[in-house]
Amino acid sequence: MQETGLQETGSHSSSHSSSSSSLYGADATADVLPVPLLEHKGGLMIAVKATLVRDLTLLLRRRGEVLNPLVFFALVITLFPIAISPDPELLATIAPGLLWVAALLAALLSLDSLFRSDYDDGSLEQLLLAPQPLAALSVAKVAVHWLLTGLPLALMAPLLGIMLALPVGSYAVLALSLALGTASLSLIGAIGAALTVGLARGGVLLSLLVLPLYIPVLIFGAGAVQAAILGDGVSAHLAILGALLAASLMSAPWAIAASLRISING
Amino acid sequence: MWAFIHKLGSPKWFYGISAKLQPWFWAAAALLLITGSLWGLAFAPADYQQGNSFRIIYVHVPAAFLAQSIFISMAVSGLVFMVWKIKVADMAAAVMAPLGAAMTFVALFSGAVWGVPTWGTWWMWDARLTSMLILLFLYLGVIALRGAFTSRDSASRAASVLAMVGVINIPIIKYSVDWWYTLHQPASFTLTSRPTMPTEMWLPLVIMVLGFYSFFIALTLMRTRSEILRREASKRWVQELVNGQMMKVPAEETR
Amino acid sequence: MAFASFSEFLAMGGHAPYVWSAWGVTALLLVATVWHARVEQRQLIKGLKRRARRANSLKGNTP
Repeated sequence: MQETGLQETGSHSSSHSSSSSSLYGADATADVLPVPLLEHKGGLMIAVKATLVRDLTLLLRRRGEVLNPLVFFALVITLFPIAISPDPELLATIAPGLLWVAALLAALLSLDSLFRSDYDDGSLEQLLLAPQPLAALSVAKVAVHWLLTGLPLALMAPLLGIMLALPVGSYAVLALSLALGTASLSLIGAIGAALTVGLARGGVLLSLLVLPLYIPVLIFGAGAVQAAILGDGVSAHLAILGALLAASLMSAPWAIAASLRISING
Repeated sequence: MWAFIHKLGSPKWFYGISAKLQPWFWAAAALLLITGSLWGLAFAPADYQQGNSFRIIYVHVPAAFLAQSIFISMAVSGLVFMVWKIKVADMAAAVMAPLGAAMTFVALFSGAVWGVPTWGTWWMWDARLTSMLILLFLYLGVIALRGAFTSRDSASRAASVLAMVGVINIPIIKYSVDWWYTLHQPASFTLTSRPTMPTEMWLPLVIMVLGFYSFFIALTLMRTRSEILRREASKRWVQELVNGQMMKVPAEETR
Repeated sequence: MAFASFSEFLAMGGHAPYVWSAWGVTALLLVATVWHARVEQRQLIKGLKRRARRANSLKGNTP
């Protein structure tokens, strides 16, 4: 089991790693504790990999949860022609925005379960106790979330684009902008998920916290598809989406880690 | 410097010093707001283009300024609380949030009302109004998150983290909304960006802005004092303070 | 003075409903926050005094 593997690496190296020495306080205990059997130079990479593999296995075991956002995405897209009009010309003009908003909502829907099951069964506490920085481990968890929601959503979007009569030539940009954008969305959303994981009814609150922060990504993501339709250059939009991803990759992990600590320590 | 910060961290010391500072800020706020209002409403010349509806600027702009500044001060207080564990900072952040939301609402409302004579509609997805609306949602999020926790310490820390995350995002949101607006609608006429404003027009605006800021400081001091009493009710210094007050006015003992 | 008479001042050159509603709501909100803060402070102090009185009377009753 990957879980036990992670736990063991944790307890072995924590007995002498400098970062957690304060946990053991007095030097006396440090003397008593045995020297770890195995010392990994790359303890961090091992822990990150273990988290990645563990989360992937767990999520792949519950395929329903992975499929739900995709079904939701398709359903919401189906609602719009019914509610507005089946006219392809009208649909084509609003398609970029619709696809982006629906994908964003689908990604949001799956956020609540990002830390929920780990919180319920206590493995989140193990993650906190691990000597490796929590920020790095939470990035691994977010990466899995993106792999199983953001990326499938991005791959599925062109298909729904056909149904919305999205003009040709913008499909690749749609998928690419969604793939880039949902990565930022997962990172930003994970902050909200981490803040609300300890709350009994955090679901609605989570969307209230996270949606305003999604707006820049939405603007440039939908803007990229619009630009592709109009025949303008899309590289600027994609570059800004990339910049947003880089910025959130730099700052969000710390916020996620701090939020998880708040949620766990009560 | 460090001694000063630690002193500031003591609720008791803050309770005392804020009592001394508070009247000054209230007086400044009242003076500036009354002067600014009279000047702005009655004495400033009407705008050559917008007529007298332009006088809404004297409440719209100060409220919008304050709404943004309060969010920043909330985040700074959150940072101070998280780094130095200064409880007064968190108390101030807690009382600032509702005022910030109220100011954002004022900015939105006055902007919408101003829109009727200028644009002929109550709501335009104008860049400034849109980012104000997002700011309102950010405020509501912080307030809701603080209220959702049962433990006060968790609530404080969670709200601090969210305020800091929000304040990093505010410029990004602002610039992306500006960019979005110019793309979709060439800025033909924005509410407040005037190329040149004569002195007799912007001077009352400056006075109003200063008045709003004094009001914010005074109200924050006052409500932080209440928050201190609420959270420190079981501390000895509060009880001594209350006992001392009861001795002074025994006649006031009514139910 | 930008206005000739008081009634002209009230009319705001035809923009009265907009100007006065924006200013009114602002003034109302500012006054309401101050009023709320005062009520909050008074109630807190009242509660603290009641608590202190109860504590004092308890102390007095014990022989």
